[in-house]
Amino acid sequence: MISQFFVLSLRGDNIVFRDYRGDVPKGSAEIFFRKVKFWQGEEGEEAPPVFKMDGVNYLHVKVGGLLFVATTRVNLSPALVLELLQRIARVTKDYLGILNEDSLRKNFVLVYELLDEMIDFGYPQTTSTEALKSFVFNEPVVIDAARLPSLGPAALFIQGSKRVPGTSVTKSVVANEPGGRKREEVFVDIIEKISVTFNAAGYILTSEIDGTIQMKSYLSGNPEIRVALNEDLSIGRNEYGGGFGGGVGMVILDDCNFHESVRLDDFETDHYLTLVPPDGEFPVMNYRMTQEFKPPFKVFPVIEEAGPFKAEIVLKVRADFPATVTANTVVLRVPLPKTTSRVSFEMEPGAVGQSTDFKEANKTIEWSCRKVWETIGFPEVFRCPTLIANIKKEAGPISMSFTIPMFNASRLAVRYLQVVKKSKSYNPYRWHLSRPIDQSNLLAGDVFIHHLKALIESVRHTEDSEGLGIQTEFQFRAVSASVALNSRDSRSNLSVASSHLQRSSFS
Amino acid sequence: MNADNRKGELAELKGQLRQLAGSRAPGVEDLKRELYKKVISYLTVGIDVSSLFSEMVMCSATSDLVLKKMCYLYVGNYARGYPELALLTINFLQKDCQDDDPMIRGLALRSLCSLRVKNLVEYLVGPLQRGLKDSNGYVRSVAAIGVLKLYHIAPSSCTDNDFPVTLKALLLHDSDPQVVANCLCSLLEILSIEGNVSEAALREKESLLHRNVILSLLNRFKEFSEWAQCLVLEVVSKYVPEDAQETHDMMDVLDDRLQHANSAVVLATIKVFLHLTMSMADVHQKVYERIKAPLLTLVSSGSAEQSYAVLSHLHLLVMRAPMLFASDYKHFYCRYSDPSYVKKLKLEMLTAVANESNTYEIGYALDQYVKFLEFVNSSKISVVVPRTLLDSLQDLVGGPVPLTVTELSEYAANVDVAIARESIRAVGKIALQQYDVNAIVDRLLQFLEMEKDYVTAETLVLVKDLLRKYPQWSHDCIAVVGNVSSKSVTEPKAKAALVWMLGEYAYDMSDAPYVLEGFVQSWAEEDFAEVRLELLTAVAKCFFKRPPETVQILGAALSFGFADANQDVHDRALLYYRLLQHSVEVAERVINPPKQAVSVFAGDQSSEIKDRIFDEFNSLAVVYRQPSYMFLDKDQRSPFAFSEDTGSSIIGPQSPGREDLPSDIDARDNDLLLSAHEKEDSRAVSNGSHGYSSSKFHTLQEFTDSAFAPRSPSPTQPIRNARATPLPPAAVSSTAASPLLAVDDLLGLGPSASAEPFPPLKLNPKPVLDPASFKRKWGQLTVALTLEYTFPAQAMVGLTGPQPLVRHMQTNSVQCMASGNAPLKFFFFAQLADAPANTGFFLVELVVTTSSGLASAKIKADDSSLAPAFADSLQSALSKFGSL
Repeated sequence: MISQFFVLSLRGDNIVFRDYRGDVPKGSAEIFFRKVKFWQGEEGEEAPPVFKMDGVNYLHVKVGGLLFVATTRVNLSPALVLELLQRIARVTKDYLGILNEDSLRKNFVLVYELLDEMIDFGYPQTTSTEALKSFVFNEPVVIDAARLPSLGPAALFIQGSKRVPGTSVTKSVVANEPGGRKREEVFVDIIEKISVTFNAAGYILTSEIDGTIQMKSYLSGNPEIRVALNEDLSIGRNEYGGGFGGGVGMVILDDCNFHESVRLDDFETDHYLTLVPPDGEFPVMNYRMTQEFKPPFKVFPVIEEAGPFKAEIVLKVRADFPATVTANTVVLRVPLPKTTSRVSFEMEPGAVGQSTDFKEANKTIEWSCRKVWETIGFPEVFRCPTLIANIKKEAGPISMSFTIPMFNASRLAVRYLQVVKKSKSYNPYRWHLSRPIDQSNLLAGDVFIHHLKALIESVRHTEDSEGLGIQTEFQFRAVSASVALNSRDSRSNLSVASSHLQRSSFS
Repeated sequence: MNADNRKGELAELKGQLRQLAGSRAPGVEDLKRELYKKVISYLTVGIDVSSLFSEMVMCSATSDLVLKKMCYLYVGNYARGYPELALLTINFLQKDCQDDDPMIRGLALRSLCSLRVKNLVEYLVGPLQRGLKDSNGYVRSVAAIGVLKLYHIAPSSCTDNDFPVTLKALLLHDSDPQVVANCLCSLLEILSIEGNVSEAALREKESLLHRNVILSLLNRFKEFSEWAQCLVLEVVSKYVPEDAQETHDMMDVLDDRLQHANSAVVLATIKVFLHLTMSMADVHQKVYERIKAPLLTLVSSGSAEQSYAVLSHLHLLVMRAPMLFASDYKHFYCRYSDPSYVKKLKLEMLTAVANESNTYEIGYALDQYVKFLEFVNSSKISVVVPRTLLDSLQDLVGGPVPLTVTELSEYAANVDVAIARESIRAVGKIALQQYDVNAIVDRLLQFLEMEKDYVTAETLVLVKDLLRKYPQWSHDCIAVVGNVSSKSVTEPKAKAALVWMLGEYAYDMSDAPYVLEGFVQSWAEEDFAEVRLELLTAVAKCFFKRPPETVQILGAALSFGFADANQDVHDRALLYYRLLQHSVEVAERVINPPKQAVSVFAGDQSSEIKDRIFDEFNSLAVVYRQPSYMFLDKDQRSPFAFSEDTGSSIIGPQSPGREDLPSDIDARDNDLLLSAHEKEDSRAVSNGSHGYSSSKFHTLQEFTDSAFAPRSPSPTQPIRNARATPLPPAAVSSTAASPLLAVDDLLGLGPSASAEPFPPLKLNPKPVLDPASFKRKWGQLTVALTLEYTFPAQAMVGLTGPQPLVRHMQTNSVQCMASGNAPLKFFFFAQLADAPANTGFFLVELVVTTSSGLASAKIKADDSSLAPAFADSLQSALSKFGSL
């Protein structure tokens, strides 16, 4: 059981503080914050989510720019506490619409109400947004969503689509619409992260997609919902290379897990997930996939020596996705050797919405692009700024981050969503069904079904003398052999130069 | 000024609250709400608002629920400090406990129980009793936790009113799953605290593991909330099923929990699976296969924090069975966006799963990480990752990876201090792991020649470790170390290392006494007690080797030591002084004994500790990589912790001394199984009078042994007992509190002449002893020694039945008299090789707990003075088991 729960701002202010057992001294929040901020005294090292000091165990998660912390003196399950903290954050977000410091400060009494019911004497009780409704009497003070950048998947959602007003996903499950009418809505997002490894020849060595189907329900009356996934979906890829032969075109997931409300009765045969969605936001299903897919970007770097202590890097990025979607907030980062003294950029003529920056502090070039779009069949080549840098060694791995709304790599899709029936166990406390729900009606207009298919991740590119690239997140190899050769030459030359320089600087 | 402001504000609030207290004007509730909010927000940021207590209570006569809740929150916070004022609230809380609305009843009851005021206990009992019988599930579940709160305020009034009994009844029969869950956690906590003093409570607690209870919980498992499921699973993991069929049934019921999105549920389920199948090697293996995919999915699906918790557990499993995960290495590649704590874990796992088939890829990945680090030295990750990274790299050396010591050495020349340090450590670690290390020694010596302070510092520490492991190189090393200017060494660890070498190799270093003299003269400037301690020992050692040159320095060092503010330094100086006074020979035996090379450093965790951590799967122990007894106060153990082998304690404690009855020696007779308590007893006895009374240094030797050779656990004592053994104060201070910390203990204080390893016993390969004489001897002799040994995991595979061990022991001249299964129990005997008939026998009773691999042996001997020597042979025989 946990002893205390508190929420701290990133400046270390107590926003919410609840002591459940009284066996940990009151100053724990400050002790915790100091420890996290100056973790082992080393700048940049991040405190692990679980650590101990003076017999007190501190567990924390970072959500929405806030630290959710629990303390305990006993040896309990760290997974349980961290899940609980994450859940508290999510429930709070369900009630407040937006989770950030401001909304929390304005609604801290409501949060205390929630905490009262979620944890008793350190033991988790109910954490269902729905069940908690009957215990919460404060009206949430809603924060203007447009004014504040929100975080988490919802942020993508806003950025990603102009069709959905931001307030839809950032509204509280208990607050009413301005008109006093409650919209019957359910949001379904598919969010994927990809990571790919290329070898020297440009072939994919490994690729992995981590995805989640996220649902946020504002439906009243606990209707049963049926979520239909691809018909060509299969789960459980055998490890010995199955899935290549028989399953061409199939969507094959390696493994997945489900929210507890999900029933899988028809899943094997009809690929339905049946569930009575609890109120608020929750993951319906998480999945993992190692099937091959086409990466949305390719990066072609060319590094050339341009005289002693000088090198030129040319970056080309090719987008490889349908014209119907655009990639947002694309950022490429190229770390340069720390001895780099000066960088100059040359932009492709006519480049719009692009910017470049050399971050002196960590010697990294950042090239960002607000929007990238592409047509099928005519891959347009984006010539990125040409960088001329004083380098003594070759530049480091390139990383790339981007989001692509309305697109997913796994081709996993929600074919349709169906409201099956109204649950009979519905027990209205304060919530009333505004009107009977009827299937066709729902699908036609009242229920907002939205798919957000986003790709978030970074791309990294590595050049090295072995002519192979490994990537952490997403790494691309130059395809051309001459480039590899070039880079090898440049490396050996440059490292000679660098060792020479080091000597002289020490003497 | 700020404080004045605040005082003013508080006074104002006080006034406003007063005004509103009696008012019934419309809208007054809203005003009150605003004021209350202000008070609560002060309370949150830590401002003391207790001065408003009476006003807050006066205002609380309201029907507004929001106000009520805020008031309860306030009262709960301050009641303990103001018991008289808290009395004011009792009235309305009690009234609310009888409200028509179940929510208000629950709320009031919860707040009432949360007051934590002792003199209000009398007002609690009635509402609690009513609450437990309430028709509403919410109220009952609040009451169930309320009982626990009451127990913490006043244990006696909780047990006197038979609340635990009521809880037990609710646990089995209540219709609301949350009530059941709350009863379970209350009962567990109450009974485990109570169990410390009362046998009955302990039995009661074990009875929660009774089949009926477990089945009733499992039957309605799906009704529980996910948190309650975790609780139930934790309890189920302690249950020992009746037979294999039941094990399989339970696993079938729980299998779909592995697909749960909540990592806590999945990990709790995995714990159940792992523990259930502990004694079924083949199923156990299958469990590993089964849990792999869900764990990997959890790693990638949750937040970074959640995946950290899962990865820590995955790390534990990978370390236990690296082969099983060898094909999954790609999952452990770092992601660009992973926080440093996740990257560290992943790198360790990559290293662990490296084998011939995947080394190239992994080595390649690591190589890339190195490059990455090299390039972004100034950015965040570089500070963090190299440690693990280079650790990882060096583990790979020897495989077909083109990463060599040379390459690591390049990093040492790197200007980046952090990376350079790590590189040197990595080179050293390789040296400590391999045999042919001449080149590496050369390399280290080259480092010294680089004459950079931090390089020198790291290198000195390494050379010290090298010398401890390979004393034969002293000649080469010392030649170079002798050239190190003592002025250039500033870091305490490095200084201590240099001083140690000066003392240890005073013969080889011609100017050792004079260098030491320099250190002693600057005693006052030496800030680190670590160095001063080392200096004392080194000077003393030097004295034994070169007395005429050192005697004066020793005197100076000792007198500095007496005056030292640090207790440890003071005590050690005093100890040396008295030893020297007593007899120089004895002092030399203590301070400067001939040393044996260290084969394994204690930094590598002993398998016993690893197994203990495995027992505590799904707990903080896994994240910290320490068994819980190392980081928890004793009274803070988890309420879920049951005694270590539940298997035998369920059978119930037996009368002490029964084990000595000769008639009982029939291994198949279940009555013979010993309870955990008895084991404790006999251990205590051997501590007190039999085992270690011979010499205090004997104990010390045990102690250092256990510190330096954890892979073959110390012959007789489990670590815990060793810590409890009373030591002379000076000795206590000079050996680190925990044996694991003793890696850096360079004192060389431990070994004494009496502690030399026992001469190996010659045992009669074919001794003859008939069962009747065995029984008689067992009855007559007292326990000479007890011994604990933990079988490594791979050996446990062979322990599914008694026969393998029986055969193994026969090859070591130890015969089996009788053996039994579940739990495994053996009676062994052995005889001295040239002893006359019917004498020189050693009798052993060995009980093996299959879940943990823990074996405890009682040794009786005709000649009890030979028992320690026999214990040694037994230990080494046991340690060979499973490695064949």
